[in-house]
Amino acid sequence: MATATGIYHTNYRQDLALRQTRADWVRLALLVLFVVVAPFVASPYWLTILNLVGIAAIGAIGLNILTGFTGLISLGQGAFLAVGAYTSGILVARLHWPTPLAIVAAVLLTGVVGAVIGLPAVRLKGLYLAIATLAAQVMIIYLVRTWDVVTGGVDSLVVPRPEVFGTTIRSDFIWYWVILAFVVVATLAALNLFRTGLGRAFVAIRDQDIAADVIGVTVWKYKLWSFAISSGFVGLAGALLAHYRSIVTWERFTIDVSITYLAMIIVGGLGSVAGSIYGAAFMTVLPALIQRAGQAIRDVLPGLSQQLPAVQLGVFGLVIILFLIFEPRGLARIWERIRDYFRLWPFRY
Amino acid sequence: MPDAGTLCVGTLALGVSRAYRFNLNGSRLEAGERQLAIEDIRLAFGGVQALRGVTDEVRQGEIHAIIGPNGAGKTSLLNCISGLYRPQQGSIRFFDGDRDHELTKAAPSSTARWGIARTFQNIELFQHMTVLENLMLGRHVHMHHRLWRSLLFVGPAREQEIGQRELVEEVIDFLEIQAVRSKPVGSLAYGFQKRVELGRALAMQPALLLLDEPMAGMNAEEKEDMARYILDVNQLAGITVILIEHDMGVVMDISDSVSVLDFGELVASGSPDEVSQHPKVIEAYLGEAAAR
Ligand SMILES: Nc1ncnc2c1ncn2[C@@H]1O[C@H](COP(=O)(O)OP(=O)(O)OP(=O)(O)O)[C@@H](O)[C@H]1O
Ligand SMILES: [Mg+2]
Repeated sequence: MATATGIYHTNYRQDLALRQTRADWVRLALLVLFVVVAPFVASPYWLTILNLVGIAAIGAIGLNILTGFTGLISLGQGAFLAVGAYTSGILVARLHWPTPLAIVAAVLLTGVVGAVIGLPAVRLKGLYLAIATLAAQVMIIYLVRTWDVVTGGVDSLVVPRPEVFGTTIRSDFIWYWVILAFVVVATLAALNLFRTGLGRAFVAIRDQDIAADVIGVTVWKYKLWSFAISSGFVGLAGALLAHYRSIVTWERFTIDVSITYLAMIIVGGLGSVAGSIYGAAFMTVLPALIQRAGQAIRDVLPGLSQQLPAVQLGVFGLVIILFLIFEPRGLARIWERIRDYFRLWPFRY
Repeated sequence: MPDAGTLCVGTLALGVSRAYRFNLNGSRLEAGERQLAIEDIRLAFGGVQALRGVTDEVRQGEIHAIIGPNGAGKTSLLNCISGLYRPQQGSIRFFDGDRDHELTKAAPSSTARWGIARTFQNIELFQHMTVLENLMLGRHVHMHHRLWRSLLFVGPAREQEIGQRELVEEVIDFLEIQAVRSKPVGSLAYGFQKRVELGRALAMQPALLLLDEPMAGMNAEEKEDMARYILDVNQLAGITVILIEHDMGVVMDISDSVSVLDFGELVASGSPDEVSQHPKVIEAYLGEAAAR
């Protein structure tokens, strides 16, 4: 039960529910409405952007599990995406696996690779761990580029269009629904994780690792689990990217990508599942908007439009710095404040 | 685990009949049996000798105080018991009915599983989580953590959360922290945080509870409350408590036995009365108080 003074429950089951108030349900309904209507009204350009937002959201949720919730910083996101993309792509393109099976295999393999890359985390924290994951990033991309018999090396790997129930998935419109389904499943899985003991143990390690140990959390084991689960999500994002783009090249998985994903979760909100989605949307839509703006002013200010890539980087940097200074808890926190404002409205005190 | 057979009647002292469903004591020993045997523990940090051959014993069901001046090695001894420090020499045996455990070679997560819970001198809570989540984490070793069940939530994972929540709510009632249940711990006043930390340890259903200066920095009223909780934990639930405390009044009032550390050595041990008569104690510890 929700009132202006707070939310009251009569049993623990209600307290554990993800949606607790009528306002929560209204917001969910509005979100569903947007998600259902959007693909019908969006131009092909924006439909592609929406699909990329969905894939990035899954990847960002994955990274947030590791960095935002467990407190383990990773610069290896690009490499984990690559493992997912190449695994699924190769299984379909070279071994002719059915796409759904290949995606499952990609999730599992990326999870295992993640746990192996996470081994230094047993001993290292903070910047040292960042360097260790950076090393893994560099090594994996090096492997992808040189092991050309399997990966296609510096040439791209072409992945045939997926076929489900005899029909080929080709249009962005159908992809939209496929990606949406994966986003919903990934979001629910992550939300569930953090309302059970397993996810709480991750947060405990982030907040106070010695205390976590003393209450019985085997810290090293849970750190590896966090790496594995996080990488599983990232592997899924990578696999979807491979099939959606039908082409896999190493250039999409460089260190820049790792940093962009870190920016997503910082802007969206560290340790927030919803924030991961906001951040993914923000960091995917912002460059698209800047590019659009650039095209619009091309005739008016030809000089500026040539500087567009630099402008884009500058705006990115500025946005991240502003978030770090003014709202380190990201878009998720800003949204919470708006929501609380309206929950108490018009009785504010 | 919930055990309908062992009803524990709480707040008897107040004459109110509030029946608790869960037995918070995780020990299987009878009161008075030997629970912890510390033998010749030596611990050094480089040149600093923190513990120089400490031998001590704790019995099931007692409140055992450890006193001594600053830097005497009290916290270090507690850290050796909970597995955070590894002494260079000596043994600490922990008895639990049919099994006993050597603590000097165990990791903290293992000692936790065997039933040793603790609080810290400087509060070590999970600051960004709510009081409830902190206490639920106290249940960690009593829960099964399966990845697929967690991701799915509905079904066994939810049942487990609800089941464990019942015990945790009892601890919340016991410590009277209902009002702050869903507040982030970092936002609470110091006294409340100390209480929540005790709650997290109690939620573990410990066999042995280690409290490192639970009343430090509190005012008289808060101290009195905390002393009451510790007594209740000990007398009603029957949990053995090892207590580090500087306030001699509290120590003499509530403890059954006292050990005195000075410069890493055990200089005296016995009942509160015996210890307070001990010349070395008067010299090393009480002297300053008596002089005032
Ligand atoms: N991790 C550590 N590294 C180095 N020296 C340590 C460490 N822990 C404790 N010491 C040293 O061991 C000695 C005993 O410290 P300890 O914290 O056990 O004392 P204490 O009796 O708890 O004191 P207080 O009443 O101030 O809490 C001190 O000289 C301290 O500096
Ligand atoms: Mg101390």
